[in-house]
Amino acid sequence: MQQKLDYLKETPSQTAGPYVHIGLAPGAAGFQIYDQELGQDIAGPNAAGERIRIEGLVIDGIGSPVKDVLLEAWQANAAGVYAHPEHPGEVEEGFRGWGRVITNFETGEWAFETVKPGPVMGRNGQMMAPHINLWIVARGINIGLNTRLYFDDEAAANATDPVINLIEWEKRRETLIAKRSERDGQTVYRFDICLQGDDETVFFDI
Amino acid sequence: MTPPDYYVRDRRWHPPAFTPDYKTSVSRSPRLPLLSLENTASEITGPTFAPTDIAPGDNDLLTNFAHDGGSPIGERILLHGRVLDENARPVPNTLVEIWQANASGRYRHKKDGYLGAIDPNFGGCGRVLTDENGAYAFRTVKPGAYPWRNGINDWRPAHIHVSVFGSAFAQRLITQLYFEGDPLIARCPIVSTIPDPAAVQQLIARLDMNETRPLDMIAYRFDIVLRGRRSTMFENRMEGN
Repeated sequence: MQQKLDYLKETPSQTAGPYVHIGLAPGAAGFQIYDQELGQDIAGPNAAGERIRIEGLVIDGIGSPVKDVLLEAWQANAAGVYAHPEHPGEVEEGFRGWGRVITNFETGEWAFETVKPGPVMGRNGQMMAPHINLWIVARGINIGLNTRLYFDDEAAANATDPVINLIEWEKRRETLIAKRSERDGQTVYRFDICLQGDDETVFFDI
Repeated sequence: MTPPDYYVRDRRWHPPAFTPDYKTSVSRSPRLPLLSLENTASEITGPTFAPTDIAPGDNDLLTNFAHDGGSPIGERILLHGRVLDENARPVPNTLVEIWQANASGRYRHKKDGYLGAIDPNFGGCGRVLTDENGAYAFRTVKPGAYPWRNGINDWRPAHIHVSVFGSAFAQRLITQLYFEGDPLIARCPIVSTIPDPAAVQQLIARLDMNETRPLDMIAYRFDIVLRGRRSTMFENRMEGN
């Protein structure tokens, strides 16, 4: 007799479709229904660390901005601690580490306000450079795309980051590095995500 | 100690990125392969939600947008099920969010211009946390099919969009549930992005007469399975302990 492995199969993914906002950001769809929409408060007012703005576009294979995307961010606090029971350490009260943003329907621009994360311990005792995990869903995307945003002013840490160094093509590593600038006294990082083509962003199977 | 990894996602069970019959996927799919990443703290952690993040009535679409005394038009349904992992263990206290069209197949969204009528008493979204057994439930109306600009005469089967978090960012999932017996399921280019017919069956909610409330509403059951996780028993030895 052959024994059977009785694992279940993961529920298959389907695209979030064009009206993802109704469920996950109803205010943007044009109606108020919930007392509070989730995902507006990544860091909260108590979080330590440098306040930053992250902004960009998601660009399709034609070079056009995608205007119906929903992005989610997941990050550690400035001390490199995730707001999760399995991660050692404490986070500030109100630090969620998770945020949800949508693109502007006319321009495709998206942005979120947060604090810059600290480095997090990776596998086998190797420290990972500061990064924000991003998950991208939209019409035409059958299964959510995972990527990471790193910071261009962390060149030394990026150079030894074990995930960046998995990318065999050095040219492709640049697609994960957000560009820092100052605007009206605020620190802004620019991060454009290319779904397809010459500057295609590196996406991960996590 | 490195925490245990999640089981590797079976990318042949899920739809691939490039599925030309679903036209929008052509310009929105990466051409280069995904880079495989072993789990780190960044993947095995994820957001958590508390009962205070949502309101008790958020899972009742029959009332959460209805005017006083009003009720949406359509087939009243109880949608329920459990969130499990691949080891069949319940996933408790996880956020399940749904959104859908009304009984006419019309979404309450400023970008939807379909002729089907808006229902003044129906918003079309709901959310709930699973209980300690991983169970969840919504009250809603059965959504209608609707046309979309893919092929000239393509119609989406009746469906409800479902978003689930699980315990880790690695488990994050968005999918769609369909209804048992719908003849449009087999004709839909989005359903058909899934290569394995057995995987499609996993997205079909089943009529559940046992949970159907007599003289009130018909029940459908839809269980959701998230990635499972390896046990920890020999994890330390890799480090030479």
